[in-house]
Amino acid sequence: MTTLQVVVTVAVAALVTVLTRALPFFVFREGHTPRVVAYFGRVLPAAVFGMLVVYCLRGVDILGGTHGIPELVAILCVVGVHLWRRHMMLSVAVGTAVYMLMLRLL
Amino acid sequence: MAKTRVALRALRYAFPKTLPILAGFGFVGLTYGIYMQSLGFSFLYPMLISIIVFGGSLQFVITQLLLSAYDPLAALGVSLMVQARHLFYGVSMLDKYRGTGWKKPFLIFFMCDESFSINYDTDVPDDVDRPWCYLWVSVLNWSYWVLASTLGGLIGLLIPVELTGIDFVMTAMFVVILLEQILKQRRIDTAAVGMIAALVCLLIFGADSFMVPTMLCIAAVLLLLRRPLEKRGGQSL
Repeated sequence: MTTLQVVVTVAVAALVTVLTRALPFFVFREGHTPRVVAYFGRVLPAAVFGMLVVYCLRGVDILGGTHGIPELVAILCVVGVHLWRRHMMLSVAVGTAVYMLMLRLL
Repeated sequence: MAKTRVALRALRYAFPKTLPILAGFGFVGLTYGIYMQSLGFSFLYPMLISIIVFGGSLQFVITQLLLSAYDPLAALGVSLMVQARHLFYGVSMLDKYRGTGWKKPFLIFFMCDESFSINYDTDVPDDVDRPWCYLWVSVLNWSYWVLASTLGGLIGLLIPVELTGIDFVMTAMFVVILLEQILKQRRIDTAAVGMIAALVCLLIFGADSFMVPTMLCIAAVLLLLRRPLEKRGGQSL
């Protein structure tokens, strides 16, 4: 990417972020939210983060390389540690460490 | 100066509330900076992006986009999807942020997940200035994030060990956030909609161009299944 393309991409992210943070203050001055908006508020976050997990794994080659085994093991560790302690930093740190270790061992 | 005293008093009240965020942002911000550095971006990138975007998940995703072919439409779509939740923070904060005067634009700009939850949860005592307290919480959290990611970008250079695999921090973070959503809402169906839509679109469109179709797909499925999903969500938060 050229510098200009980097700037545009980052600017889009920044503008959208500000927009989503500011919009309600302009639109819903009286504080009643349309029901469909409230519905998306409840169901969208989980769907989006489900999508992002798949997005992170889009480059995994199940048929070749390490067959996605480091990813699978590390994710199981993240889930296990998180269910055990429910501490975000710990879960992320353990999972990443396991992943980096597995890349070196496999 | 009475005004300075009011501000300082609010700072003394607000600062301890942000300490858990200092730890959290310290860790994730450092990792973000190191991650950017490991991909060949100078510390200026994580620093400036943290200053102007100030959105953890999105910043990781944007990094990926910066490494792929230029696609501003995908950037727009993914930013909207990732950041849409802020709309609901804003709706929840309409009353609390009313009458905060010149501080309001700053409160809105700095309204990340963490600042929202602290300011939403906190019942500020009568002898502490409410707008100042909100502002301190927001500014402190933002500065932790900016400082940590800048520092990460700087020390990324100094770390002698090879950091292949550090990018998994993003995957791990999203897995944790997803798991938290599932646990808190006591439902897995909405998470499944996102994952299945993404998997199907990945198979059809390939790794380089499946995000926009996925997002359209998710929005469509959530709208179509609104009735059953709303019914099943009865026990959710």
